[in-house]
Amino acid sequence: MIDAIDWQLLARVQQGLPLVSRPYADIGKGLNLSENEVLKRVARLKQQGVIKRLGVVVNHRRLGYTANAMVVFDVAASLIEQIGEHVSQFSFVNLCYQRPAQGEQWPYNLYCMIHGKNKEKVLQQLEYLKQSCGLLQCKSEVLFSKQCFKQRGALYQMSPDQEKEKV
Amino acid sequence: MDVIDKKIINYLQGGFPICESPYQVVANQLELTEAELIKRIENLLEVGILSRFGPLYHAEQMGGALTLAAVKVPEQQFDHIAEIINAFPEVAHNYERNHELNMWFVVATDLPGRLTEVIDEIQQKTGLKVYNMPKINEYFVGLKLEA
Repeated sequence: MIDAIDWQLLARVQQGLPLVSRPYADIGKGLNLSENEVLKRVARLKQQGVIKRLGVVVNHRRLGYTANAMVVFDVAASLIEQIGEHVSQFSFVNLCYQRPAQGEQWPYNLYCMIHGKNKEKVLQQLEYLKQSCGLLQCKSEVLFSKQCFKQRGALYQMSPDQEKEKV
Repeated sequence: MDVIDKKIINYLQGGFPICESPYQVVANQLELTEAELIKRIENLLEVGILSRFGPLYHAEQMGGALTLAAVKVPEQQFDHIAEIINAFPEVAHNYERNHELNMWFVVATDLPGRLTEVIDEIQQKTGLKVYNMPKINEYFVGLKLEA
């Protein structure tokens, strides 16, 4: 599904697309591939979902989004699907996931992110969300981010090495 | 950052074309010249408003895995622990949050089995219990932040 040339291609562009008029031709040069071949492969990898998205990652703090809340809820297993779908409908909810609870110390299984420019407004939005989704009685916590140590995405190995070929 | 930069950021959060002259295509949409668009993207990357421009990979689709993890770090050890954790190339980002579980990071790898190794190595090197919370289900919203 991902061949050796794909891995080279993925490795070549993981730090970013070249900022030149014909970026895909430029990528191909280093890999001995024609522009057309690169375009075909990139399109296929995107279609396969290996490339989740092609575009930008913004530094949300630099855009003024400094009130970033991770909100966690302890939702009954029988309701989580329905509540998760509901929560994700709100425009101010930027991400929404179900994750495994970690015992009594951390019993939360539904996570959502609200990125805002103002803490009070984020808390108002959260109140509205809780009311609308029937989450007022639900055990929950709000964790605002204080500082960001690292935000550059993971560096993948991208080598069709032996470990990988065993799969 | 001016109105044009904002337009560029908002547009590119929706994707980038896969064609021979993708910058020209985007520039036409935004009523810019190709050269100006490229120069502005370069500048937004340089000043750090954009942290990345290009493809974002799907760890699971590459045969690897991704997780959200957290540790409870004693305050006086904070910088030291952050340094240990951030040194792993598999750590995508790391935030301090206002909770007893005060350090939250994402681990992503394309190598099968590597995720558990990284979690174990972090536990060994920090002496802290790592709470490992891989996603079970994603409710799709499509993260897009208006510039």
